[in-house]
Amino acid sequence: MTRQPLSGGDGVDPARLRVRDLNARQLLRGGELQGANLPAHLRGRELEKEELERYVAERVLTTSLDKAVAWARSNSFFPLAFGLACCAMEQFHAAGPRMDIARFGYEAFRASPRQADLIILAGRVSIKMAPIIRRLYDQMLEPKWAISMGACCSSMGVFNNYALVPADKFMPVDVYVPGCPPRPEALMHGVLKLRKMVQDDPDMGWRDRYGARGTEEVLSQEPRPADASATAARETAGA
Amino acid sequence: MSTGEEGGGPSTPTLSEYRRREQSITLAPLQEQLPGAARKDDSREELLTLNFGPHHPATHGVLRLLVTLQGEVVRDIKPIIGYVHTGIEKTAEDKSYWKVIPVIERMDYLSYYFNAMAFCSAVEALTEVEVPKRGQYLRVIHLELNRIASHLIWLGTSALDLGAVSIFLYCLRERELILDLFEMSSGQRMHTRYFQVGGVIEDIPRGFEARLRKFLEVMPERADQYGAILNSNEIVLQRLRGTCPLDAETLLSLGVSGPLLRAAGNPWDLRKADPYSSYEDFDFKIPVGTVGDNYDRFAVRLAEIYESVKIIGQALDGLPEGPHITEDRKFALPPRHELATSMEALIHHFKLVTEGFRVPAGEIYLPIESPRGELGCYVRSDGSSKPARVHMRDPSFVNLQAVSHMVKGSYIADMIATVAMLDPILGGIDR
Amino acid sequence: MPDATGLELIAQELRAAQGAPPRTASGSPVIETIFFRGRGTLLIEPAHIRGVLAQLRASGYGFLASVHGVDHYPAEPRLGVIYELLDMSRVDRITVKLLLHSERPEVDSVYADGEDGPGWPTANHQEREVYDMFGVIFRGHPDLRRILMPEDYEGHPQRRDFPVGGEPVVFTHNERTALGTPK
Repeated sequence: MTRQPLSGGDGVDPARLRVRDLNARQLLRGGELQGANLPAHLRGRELEKEELERYVAERVLTTSLDKAVAWARSNSFFPLAFGLACCAMEQFHAAGPRMDIARFGYEAFRASPRQADLIILAGRVSIKMAPIIRRLYDQMLEPKWAISMGACCSSMGVFNNYALVPADKFMPVDVYVPGCPPRPEALMHGVLKLRKMVQDDPDMGWRDRYGARGTEEVLSQEPRPADASATAARETAGA
Repeated sequence: MSTGEEGGGPSTPTLSEYRRREQSITLAPLQEQLPGAARKDDSREELLTLNFGPHHPATHGVLRLLVTLQGEVVRDIKPIIGYVHTGIEKTAEDKSYWKVIPVIERMDYLSYYFNAMAFCSAVEALTEVEVPKRGQYLRVIHLELNRIASHLIWLGTSALDLGAVSIFLYCLRERELILDLFEMSSGQRMHTRYFQVGGVIEDIPRGFEARLRKFLEVMPERADQYGAILNSNEIVLQRLRGTCPLDAETLLSLGVSGPLLRAAGNPWDLRKADPYSSYEDFDFKIPVGTVGDNYDRFAVRLAEIYESVKIIGQALDGLPEGPHITEDRKFALPPRHELATSMEALIHHFKLVTEGFRVPAGEIYLPIESPRGELGCYVRSDGSSKPARVHMRDPSFVNLQAVSHMVKGSYIADMIATVAMLDPILGGIDR
Repeated sequence: MPDATGLELIAQELRAAQGAPPRTASGSPVIETIFFRGRGTLLIEPAHIRGVLAQLRASGYGFLASVHGVDHYPAEPRLGVIYELLDMSRVDRITVKLLLHSERPEVDSVYADGEDGPGWPTANHQEREVYDMFGVIFRGHPDLRRILMPEDYEGHPQRRDFPVGGEPVVFTHNERTALGTPK
């Protein structure tokens, strides 16, 4: 293999190499590159002087803090004790003595969805069960993730018929683990992939990730007094 | 305890009556459910309808129970099922006979070999295909291993319901050994597609027998350990002894079979009464209980583990030489080395893989003894290569009807223990 | 399983009990006896199901193992209900089958006790399943609701003319069309 010069020859146009051309100011200024991570009131503007300094300070602090929080969250998933069918047996084995899920810190299977942040859909989802799973998922507090374990909930699996629903039709899924049933090692691989996802991505809101703003379930029509302040806080704090 | 809705949901204008009932469990629908219920006007003695599940740590799978309570005493219980209904029987009508085997295995997902055995035996009876002796013995070995594996999960999850969490991990440790054996013989831990029409798909590999013998040495000691932990535990004994008994007469009228019936004193076991697949060659006992309470159900299943170990040992000692699947090339794939030399073998292989074998028209119901009771398979054939109807008479589906008789008049905690001892597998119930 | 002659004797007893002449099929409960692969099946008139089961129970077949349905589409009468009986003391099985037209798929339920004798409590969930999957209405069943499908589901899935359904399998050649139009 011969080394190719960076300029000239086929291929690489130095103007397209962004790595060297970017400087800190441009990054911090929030050009189109950083548009997605900017809070709403700062997008599309150039920052100057105190605003810029404040923005820099915020970003540095929040980025490291985000990373630390992401690290902590990724190492302590509380899975929901939720098994539907055959994949649940392999989920037991993943929690069993040989392929020990407690090595990674995920042995605290919670029964209540309010206390869990990871739902592992282990098994086939029938049309009768789908609204109930959706309700469980809605009851979980953010941040929350979902792993679709097995072929039946990821795609339709072995049974492609009237009675089943693939999981991504009614809820957002982060990781799909194929297999029928997937070995405990395969489930662990899926969970560790999710862990990596959580660590590398400082942005927590799942609704942004899936373009799902506006899909929140409204329980009652009249606005509660707490709601007004909550929405205001959300707007100022950003995504 | 309750994960049902308190009331209200998304305010959609048109909700069917069923959905409205689903969303608000109050006393109002109770009056429809229990027309003859004794309701005193004293507000301290109201009947409360509680919704257990379908997502609940103590229901084995997605079983929903509508429990009507007076204080802590259960007055009525209605199981609601269908939350994992997969349309297996409908899917099976679409596939050729050997493709039905993996679909039908996923029904009762803890006793997958039994599902396959029932279906394969039914098709063998329809086609009058003989299973060679070695194939029958291999089938018995795998069936009994699966019985032990199923009882281990039952024991683990039931002990988990009662609060004995460490038993769950011990049982999984043994089950890993069994799943290693399955992986050795067929390549898969669960849903192995090992049983085929006419025998088993492959002979056991070298090393399987040695590993199995090591397992057979280890298993009775481990079962002794489980017995030692649970039988001397005051809490387990108090929760199981004398709770929710039901006599054999009522169980028979409800169609209950298997360890539940044997715990009540009726020694009905299809392996002894109507032997299939060489079970008559083996010498084993049927554990039978006396009172029919939860402790007897637990003891019967624990004793069955020992008996299964005995059967496997005898089958291994007496394993005859010979083919593992029928030599009839119209139903079983020819061995691969024949495909290079014989044109007929090639044609048979082609026809079997593309179209599948044809089964003469007719219908048959064939029952076997699964870890939960009588597992029957009804196959109706219309002469083509796809079955016209496959129905599995699942034991848990029928046994679930007994739960209301068992549990009326006892406490909630006894109800949890009873549902655990019933060993329901929702995959089989809902199919 | 009773052998072929035993099956005929049972059929004759049943016909005699209903007052019909033994060898003709008209007006008698038993339309046909089928002996296949060592197992006997009695094909009976749907109106006599309770009587036939009661008589078989009296002659020893006390365990109703299974009640299930079958669809003979397109042949009419199309919906079949099959009752599997077991005699534990003699280890004997017998099958009772009845056929119903799809326009009027009604038959008496054997679950509840009636004036003609006690019922079979095991038939509770099993008849509900046959109703759910095939649409057979069991008269006299106190709680005939759907058991496996959601209660407001329309259609009877295991009938042969009900489509299997499912999601379209997406390949590269149909990925734009198979999933429907994007919103």
